[in-house]
Amino acid sequence: MIEIRDLHYCYENGTEAIKGADLTVPDGEFLAILGHNGSGKSTLARHLNGLLLPASGEVLVDGLSGRRPEDAWRLRQRVGMVFQNPDNQLIAASVEEDTAFGPENLGLAPELIRRRVDEALAGVGMAEFKDKAVHLLSGGQKQRVAIAGVMAMRPKVLVLDEPTAMLDPRGRREVMAAALRLNRDEGITVVHITHIMEEAALADRVAVMAAGRLAMVGPPREIFHQIKALRDLRLDVPLAAEMAWRLRERGVPLPEGILTSAELAVALCPLY
Amino acid sequence: MLKDITVGQYYPGQSFLHRLDPRAKIIGLALYMTALFLVRRLAGFGYVAVFTVLLIASSGVPPKVALKGIKPIWPLLAFTLVLNFFLTPAGEVLWRWGALKVTDAGITRGIFMTLRLVLLLNATALLTLTTTPIRLTDGLERVMGRLRVPMAHELAMMMTIALRFIPTLIEETERLMKAQTARGADFERGGLIARAKSLIPLLVPLFVGALRRADDLATAMEARCYRGGEGRTRLRPLRYQARDGAALLLAGGLLALTVADRYWLRWLN
Repeated sequence: MIEIRDLHYCYENGTEAIKGADLTVPDGEFLAILGHNGSGKSTLARHLNGLLLPASGEVLVDGLSGRRPEDAWRLRQRVGMVFQNPDNQLIAASVEEDTAFGPENLGLAPELIRRRVDEALAGVGMAEFKDKAVHLLSGGQKQRVAIAGVMAMRPKVLVLDEPTAMLDPRGRREVMAAALRLNRDEGITVVHITHIMEEAALADRVAVMAAGRLAMVGPPREIFHQIKALRDLRLDVPLAAEMAWRLRERGVPLPEGILTSAELAVALCPLY
Repeated sequence: MLKDITVGQYYPGQSFLHRLDPRAKIIGLALYMTALFLVRRLAGFGYVAVFTVLLIASSGVPPKVALKGIKPIWPLLAFTLVLNFFLTPAGEVLWRWGALKVTDAGITRGIFMTLRLVLLLNATALLTLTTTPIRLTDGLERVMGRLRVPMAHELAMMMTIALRFIPTLIEETERLMKAQTARGADFERGGLIARAKSLIPLLVPLFVGALRRADDLATAMEARCYRGGEGRTRLRPLRYQARDGAALLLAGGLLALTVADRYWLRWLN
């Protein structure tokens, strides 16, 4: 379980990136954090594995705090983090060697590393690429290798810091599918930071960050229903939700809570 | 054009040399080099040359590929040869043109030095041809660690990261070149100075980008529990086998032979 209590954080240049955030993420949840550039969402994410330490307040993952030196490395093992740029987070030249990097740092026995690497690569559908050079992979494949590299350390929480921002639509789908599968099948808690509404719509819960504060927290249907409030925060809503809202405004009798284009199609078809 | 640069020149195979522990190969190469520099007469290269030819033959690397390592440095070889031809003062003068003269000792010396370089290059190339970059850096780390070279792990990690990022940086260079060409930059024409100047708008963003990458990578490594070489294990640990001992004995044998040739056998002629 992740507990964030009254978190404040200031960068060295004095900008206050997080001005008081409270949030609890239960085990096994898929949480999406939405927000504009500079809203503090990445800063918040980096507190989850102790890369950044709070100026005041507290961040605990299963009771571990990055503030206590004896917890720091256990925290990083428990909370795996995948970053935005697929080219800048793979360390070794081949897929298999890169996936082994984390377990090697944990000092595991070679046979155990081998087993974990194979399982982690299979878990993201990259097993057949294990001998490939990483620079020959597509963006989506690189990000899946990055996820495997983290999963090989057997974390309980996966923090994805805008992993799809630099990918094409196909790569985005691959990465989302891998994250969703790990959440559903292996019970991994996922914190997915994104500015793509369609991805947030797939989460169990959405938190919206604006100007260093958590502006809204709730299930996607509730959040995307508040179209006016989201607009005020200069955020879009998923295209299907926006379309349903506009049609309803013009008097088309559509039910509330439509999020995906499939749902919209199902709602529209009987009307005409 | 940049795509042609290959990183490492590993030639896949299953030969004795390929399967040898990289540490044994590195130590073996050191013995070989010592032997090479102990040779004092042309005929002494006989042992080393035969040994080298046998090595290449047993490696399964086609001789053409194995000898390709010489190509880029042939100007250096020619330079060595010519310089020794003309600048060896001793010996019988065979040909003279003004202050320049060629002596028989000069010719011998030139051939001697060039042969030494060729053999040295071939053996070194054979090491990189039969060892994957990962195993090579692993081997270097362990050998340097044994020799108490400070920062052995850090140096090996730097090599690993360099191998990983060279293709990425080449890609970035190409992208930058296209972007600058689209803005009217010309990398092909002009004198040496004009060309060097035209590289500035390429190098500045490349360096800035590389520094940003380094920063990102450091964060990613820390997030994956990297804290230096202490307590780190490997997916494929290096283990000495019987064949590694045999290989070291062979290299040691070659060294013994050249030492014998230098100090004793030569009196027999």
